[in-house]
Amino acid sequence: MKRNIVLTSLLSLLSVPTLLAQTTTSTAAPTINAGDTAWMIVATAFVLLMTIPGLALFYGGLVRRKNVLNVFMQCFIITAAISIEWVVCGYSLSFGSSTGFLAPYIGGLDWAFLNNIKITDLSPYFISHSQMGLNGVAVGTIPHLVFIMFQCMFAVITPALIIGAFAERINFKGFFVFTILWSLFIYNPVAHWVWSTDGWLFKLGALDFAGGTVVHVNAGVAAIVTAIMLGKRRDYKDHAIPPHNITYVVMGAGLLWVGWFGFNAGSGLAADGLAGNALMVTHIAAATAAITWALLDWFIDKRPTIVGISTGAVAGLVAITPAAGFVGVPGALVIGVIVSLVCFCMVAYVKPKLGYDDSLDAFGVHGIGGMLGAILTGVLASPLIQPAYSGAIYGNYRQLLVQFIAVATTIIYSGIGTFLLFKLTNKLVGIRVTDKQEAIGLDETQHGENAYNNFD
Amino acid sequence: MKKIEAVIRKSKFEDVKEALYEAGIEWFSYWDITGLGKSTEEQIIRGQVFQSSYIHRRMISIVVRDINLDKTLDAILNSAWTGETGDGKIFIYDIQDTIRIRTRESGPEALFNKE
Repeated sequence: MKRNIVLTSLLSLLSVPTLLAQTTTSTAAPTINAGDTAWMIVATAFVLLMTIPGLALFYGGLVRRKNVLNVFMQCFIITAAISIEWVVCGYSLSFGSSTGFLAPYIGGLDWAFLNNIKITDLSPYFISHSQMGLNGVAVGTIPHLVFIMFQCMFAVITPALIIGAFAERINFKGFFVFTILWSLFIYNPVAHWVWSTDGWLFKLGALDFAGGTVVHVNAGVAAIVTAIMLGKRRDYKDHAIPPHNITYVVMGAGLLWVGWFGFNAGSGLAADGLAGNALMVTHIAAATAAITWALLDWFIDKRPTIVGISTGAVAGLVAITPAAGFVGVPGALVIGVIVSLVCFCMVAYVKPKLGYDDSLDAFGVHGIGGMLGAILTGVLASPLIQPAYSGAIYGNYRQLLVQFIAVATTIIYSGIGTFLLFKLTNKLVGIRVTDKQEAIGLDETQHGENAYNNFD
Repeated sequence: MKKIEAVIRKSKFEDVKEALYEAGIEWFSYWDITGLGKSTEEQIIRGQVFQSSYIHRRMISIVVRDINLDKTLDAILNSAWTGETGDGKIFIYDIQDTIRIRTRESGPEALFNKE
């Protein structure tokens, strides 16, 4: 005992110079953390994998064989076009800062064309790993350019999710114009509200770890609006049209699951315990939701289906997205069960009743799953994960209210904005293919290519 | 010589195959077909149960000598039957000639191995 005390006092004496050393290094140049940076570069690649080929295969398998290339092409061109939009002005509008009354709503153009960003700059955004920068402003531990690229992949996948709603009947020109406009005027502002340090929802304390509101609610609401405005497919008779290649659906869902590890575990912007938690809960929520959907299939419709379990896994991944940095494994289990129950009812019973044609259930899975995830984050956020954040079950009812506000404003903004941009696009270039083109298929009529040929 | 084309249930394919082997049929070809008409079948996608007018069946095609026609037809009729609507149909055609490419034998001789 005595020796211990001596030792401790000795140690505390020793630590004085260390403390001094720390204060001196804090004025030195901040350094890049190699571990964090390596992980974030890998995570960025994972999130790219989610759009091409993950989402492309998932959606491509669900459409009919005459439209599969059109879906692949939509995913591919979104990846290319939105990446350019991102460096031209998207990043600056989302994560930059503006002055005056607009500051909480949209970024400025200081970082347009990535102007003023040097390769030695560190990310101004961070979650748990930060250090003091030269000008006394805290910075993260990864290069700014890596952060921009990571966020670029989120900007890419969000409009790609909407494809599920208008698949099989949109003309390519209309799709292209609409997607660019939507990214500019809907994605960028909402990302700014929630993730920018100037954003009004960020300041209000809305929790969205990896994009439940910004990505999934946003895209899901745009999905139902476009599905209703575009009208039903000519062959739609109030029930799903059978998928043409379920093996693609499974490969797509699998790649989405893999990619989601980068999506969620990368959203802590560091290779640390929080990333480990995000990885864990992402996996558990996906697994729980997948098995819940399979069991529902099994009990209600007699047999578990592959399309069902794949859809369940994606629903679980969607719902855990906002919560990944705030809930533990118990929360992930609850979220996984609830999201599959609700999305199953939505897709199997509510959609046919209401009669809108959301071709591949972009709203039923991403919209509803995203809203549930965002709300449940406000319920289940545990101080054991990040001490600063807790949800309603820990007595913090305000968090639940804030989550409701974030979801509701995103629904209203995305809903009205999508409506206006759809009208505008329809005026400018037209948005629906002709009945004959739709019957022949979009692969042939929009691209002059066919996926499956009977020739060597 | 006769050509037999039969539309059968996919779920009955294994039974039909066994029955044909037992009847001495050594080789036949088959492919999946989709029919579209007034009748419907139940289909389930993402929990939605609905009636689909796309009906999936399997088509098998066999060319036999006249002496084997009846036993082949019996084999198919007995093995493909369930009694429910949708068991399928059998079509029988006359075959003008058959030529074995390797030996240039023609006629019914070309349809079986003498060894």
